[in-house]
Amino acid sequence: MTEVPEHLRKRAEEARAKAAAAKASDDAPAEEAELTAEQQAAASKIPAHLLERSKAAKAKADGGDGGGGAAVETAAPAAAPAAASAGPLPTGPGGHTQRLLTVVKSGSIQDVKAMPQDKVHVWPHLLVIEFAAALFITAFTLIFSIFVNAPLLELANFNETPNPSKAPWYFLGLQELLTMFHPMVAGVTIPGIGIFLLILAPYIDKNPSNKPEDRKFAVSLMTIHLMFWAVLVMIGSFFRGPGFNFVFPWEAGLFFEL
Amino acid sequence: MATDTDDEIQKPLPQRMQDSMSQLGDDIVSSQAWNSIFRPGSIFRKGYTDSPRNRSYVIMNSVMYHLHPVKVKRHAVKVSYTLCLGGLSFFLFILLTVTGIFLMFFYRPTAAAAWDDIYTLQTSVTFGLLVRNMHRWGAHLMVLTVFLHMARVFYHGAYKPPREFNWVIGVILLTLTLLLSFTGYLLPWDQLALWAVTVGTNMMGYTPVFGDQVRFVLLGGVEIGTDTLLRWYVLHVLMLPFVIVIFMAIHFWRVRKDGGISGPL
Repeated sequence: MTEVPEHLRKRAEEARAKAAAAKASDDAPAEEAELTAEQQAAASKIPAHLLERSKAAKAKADGGDGGGGAAVETAAPAAAPAAASAGPLPTGPGGHTQRLLTVVKSGSIQDVKAMPQDKVHVWPHLLVIEFAAALFITAFTLIFSIFVNAPLLELANFNETPNPSKAPWYFLGLQELLTMFHPMVAGVTIPGIGIFLLILAPYIDKNPSNKPEDRKFAVSLMTIHLMFWAVLVMIGSFFRGPGFNFVFPWEAGLFFEL
Repeated sequence: MATDTDDEIQKPLPQRMQDSMSQLGDDIVSSQAWNSIFRPGSIFRKGYTDSPRNRSYVIMNSVMYHLHPVKVKRHAVKVSYTLCLGGLSFFLFILLTVTGIFLMFFYRPTAAAAWDDIYTLQTSVTFGLLVRNMHRWGAHLMVLTVFLHMARVFYHGAYKPPREFNWVIGVILLTLTLLLSFTGYLLPWDQLALWAVTVGTNMMGYTPVFGDQVRFVLLGGVEIGTDTLLRWYVLHVLMLPFVIVIFMAIHFWRVRKDGGISGPL
């Protein structure tokens, strides 16, 4: 989309605001008066003198020789005098021999894409925010890492299975499903379908609107989906003890390593 | 003094030093090496003039403006709209790359050496423990930010035309993030790593039809061992980062080509 420079856009906006204000003060006294022809003409956005000229030309043509005379008169005024009945040559105020057929408003034929857009420069507006975000996340990770150590348990030992054995936290929802379904269903089919549906989401959801009130079904479905996994992950993380049995963390303690 | 011609007026020493310094500076900035580093229009180039041509060069030849457009919608810089989640995921990826390179200097991916290397890293390498902590917490955080980024994009309906394909790439990136995190999980070779990966790969072994083959390829054998460690190490430090960087490049490029980030609700 063509972009209008910011200073020009601002200038145009100011001019428009000024014009609107002036028009408001002009219109106020004229409100009682009935709608005149001039105002009608103004409403149609065709200049009044052009409208009058075309009206006069039309009347003249009707009063003339009828038939196809009007077209001939306007198209070839030099050849007309012989055939013309009464009246002078159909000329306009300035002696012009053409007349207004129609006014083509901009945008009615051509797709004018010079819509002003509210834009800001990437530098500094966006880059400052990005830099602050990068700084924040680095500082957060650094400070968190100073106070909390990553776990390093004892050396891997094939002969000693810890109880419970847990997958990384983001797979604990799947491990939780393992307690309810056959491994092929829980470990492959359900996550596979989940990823597949997620990929297809934009092709399934044909609703063009992105307003929350227009897409209640999509939003509730996604919320249920996200909550489903969140709850499963939390149960798997905090409420599963030895033997992957259900426990309460405040009674049996926490069986969870990040 | 002796080399100067007789009629030249002798300048004071500070003046001469200043002259030779500015001569040296001119020589440097007009050298081939200098001009090969800084593209035309760069403010570090000699003879920058404020001409329309030079101004357009500044934009065309700047790295930043190849990642970003020159201008964005005012709406796009509102932190309350995106929470910068996609950006945070990318920053975390960079943080993980930097800390991961550091860790690679002290780590050998064999069953005999891996755990000892991590232990030595934590106890006798300067900042070793801190950098390992940052790598691990950063990894968990990245899984979280990628996930939240996906939720944000869904709730804004930002996957709708023309951004459908970028959503597909996004889901691939989510999967790759999970795989990167999971392959890194085995590398410390402690009890936590071994048994978490055992649970995970057992699950993948239930893939229909070719489950055993999937498991064999992942483990580099019938059970977890030193071959698995090497395999997952290469996946973790080389192959998956390589793949994810390609997809990230497409992802960022499509954000621009699809008209910037999605508009207001």
